[in-house]
Amino acid sequence: MTGLATREAIKARQDEVQRRGRGLGWMSLGLGVAQLAASDTVRRISGVDDSPTSRAVVPLVGARELIHAAGLLTNRRKSMWVWTRVAGDAMDLASLGLAIAHRGGRRRRRLLVVTGAIVGITVVDLLTAVQATRAKEVGAVRGSRRGGPMELTATTTIRKPPPKVYAFWRDLDNLPTFMAHLEKIRSTGNRTSHWSASAPFGTNVEWDAEIVDDTPGEKIAWRSTGNADVPNAGTVRFVPAPDGLSTEVHVVLSYDIPGGAIGKAVARYFGEEPHQQLDDDLRRLKQVLETGEVVRSDGAPWGKRARKEFPQRPAQPLSDAEFAKGAQA
Amino acid sequence: MRANTWAGRNKVKVRDVPDPRILNERDAIVRITSTAICGSDLHLVDGYVPTMQNGDVMGHEFMGEVIEVGRGVDPGRLRKGDRVVVPFPIACGACGACAAELYSCCENSNPNAGIAEKMFGHPVAGIFGYSHLTGGFAGGQAQYARVPFADVGPLKIESDLTDEQVLFLSDILPTGYMGADMCDIQSTDVVAVWGAGPVGQFAMDSARMLGAAKVIAIDKEPYRLQMAERAGYTPVNFEEVDVRSRLLELTGGRGPDKCIDAVGMEATHGSAALYAYDRVKQAVRSESERPHALRQAILSCRSGGIVSVIGVYGGFLDKFPAGAWMNRALTLRTGQCHVQRYMKPLLQHIERGEIDPTRVITHTLPLDQAERGFEMFKNKQDHCEKVVLKP
Repeated sequence: MTGLATREAIKARQDEVQRRGRGLGWMSLGLGVAQLAASDTVRRISGVDDSPTSRAVVPLVGARELIHAAGLLTNRRKSMWVWTRVAGDAMDLASLGLAIAHRGGRRRRRLLVVTGAIVGITVVDLLTAVQATRAKEVGAVRGSRRGGPMELTATTTIRKPPPKVYAFWRDLDNLPTFMAHLEKIRSTGNRTSHWSASAPFGTNVEWDAEIVDDTPGEKIAWRSTGNADVPNAGTVRFVPAPDGLSTEVHVVLSYDIPGGAIGKAVARYFGEEPHQQLDDDLRRLKQVLETGEVVRSDGAPWGKRARKEFPQRPAQPLSDAEFAKGAQA
Repeated sequence: MRANTWAGRNKVKVRDVPDPRILNERDAIVRITSTAICGSDLHLVDGYVPTMQNGDVMGHEFMGEVIEVGRGVDPGRLRKGDRVVVPFPIACGACGACAAELYSCCENSNPNAGIAEKMFGHPVAGIFGYSHLTGGFAGGQAQYARVPFADVGPLKIESDLTDEQVLFLSDILPTGYMGADMCDIQSTDVVAVWGAGPVGQFAMDSARMLGAAKVIAIDKEPYRLQMAERAGYTPVNFEEVDVRSRLLELTGGRGPDKCIDAVGMEATHGSAALYAYDRVKQAVRSESERPHALRQAILSCRSGGIVSVIGVYGGFLDKFPAGAWMNRALTLRTGQCHVQRYMKPLLQHIERGEIDPTRVITHTLPLDQAERGFEMFKNKQDHCEKVVLKP
């Protein structure tokens, strides 16, 4: 399972970034408190106690450190906050450079020592920032850009008896009426079918599938066959609900997402929350079975093609042009 | 057509928008003859309900004439030419929630159920003109509206009652009634109602109709308290007296048996410090509610009593008096009104003259003056209680 191994490596790297980010946060907190509470001591150690400007600058830098600290200690998105530290380091080094240029003797020596320390901190900050940004990119879409299996589950309750819900699903032509990404399913035999789905950038993915388990009124399982771009399989179970008249629909889908360009495209297509999409698919299945249609509003007028929930078009009626465009889209 | 739209926080604007059309087979198009501004519209305008967008058509209290029906609408239920009042929650009539008459929790009518689910844990019904969280449906402060599931919600008016007599069946009359209904009112009950706005007034009327011994109105606007007093209720002005002491005095020290919060998330308060605490937290969005009325209702209610909440809340609140609620065996009941459940019986009460919804109307304006209507209603100018708009 190379996919899983990669994911674990990514997870470890992200944990490391979180740990290091928190460490930097505590350091910021310490520095900030010192600069605010004992700014005179800090000025003396740094060799800038002769300058009236530093009386204002040191507490300001302290306040800034507290902002870094707050961000790093309370926010999980460390990458952005570590970059703010890098920017702060640059500011500090610039002011230190100015201070060194104007001083000699003991004060200059002290300034050089402090500057050396800041350069060291800057290196650590920069390293952490770069790592955090990389970990974020790799970690996006739950690591699936590197390929590997992705399993999705979802469930809903429909106020129709299991045989009816089963029959609707078993007629595969019906699936594209509620599953957002499916364009068309054509039966090619009793258990075989040809599926086509929309993919990003107006392209299409097609594959053959076969039903591997078919228990009327209870369960359907299928899997892609042949050389599918994205090998996939699914199971749907129809379980009688406790009320004696509804059906609990339990769906498990799994995709073997390839690496490389296709994997990237698939990952982007599923977005940050593939579960949300499957939940929405089942919501539409419920709408179709219970009310006859996918429900449309002015904000989301395109039924299953409405992929984005917010922001959407304003909640006001469609113009003729919008209607014509949407109807053929 | 002309329609009143949301134009950013604290701003509404009447503008030209396209006419609505049938989008689903069970839709109808209604030519609106009367519509109204609701207190909950103010929460949208004040910016406390998320997912509003510039251009959203507002309004969820409206009635009119059916001018078109989709081919899925059962002609036995609704036809072109029918005069109808439209309930504000959109309900499919077929899901588990609708079967349990929990229409405002309909499982199918909100195309943006995913957003609502994230906010509330489970989705809620679509509502006309009430943010994208509740579906992104254009509202009824307009000349026309598209009404989904038209064979489920709209109530046909076949008598010659005026618009003003039946318009409020769309929301505030059933909402006030549900506030009282949830109280299981007994003939010995003293019922206290926080908020003497239109919903509060109808909650008081309903409490009396359901047999309460005494009804108390709590507000700070003298004209609203006078309106309640004229209808026979005992006024308590929270800016002049300490509410808890006054309620104890009015109930022989027991506290009201049933308490109704008809205020919701933007309560004001007699104590400047407490008000400021919630106002600041709400302004910086660290709590979404100013729940003062709710806190006071819970603390005031007699032990074992019922606190019924019909004022609107949208998110999270602080300093919830859980200790009082738990230790004193209080029951908390609430919900957006399941309007469809109450429309028919309330229409009969109106026909029999047992309740007169017109008593809250203080202003009738043309739709084009909706902006002025909002201004007056929000700032309680000119003794404004309820504004009816005529498209």
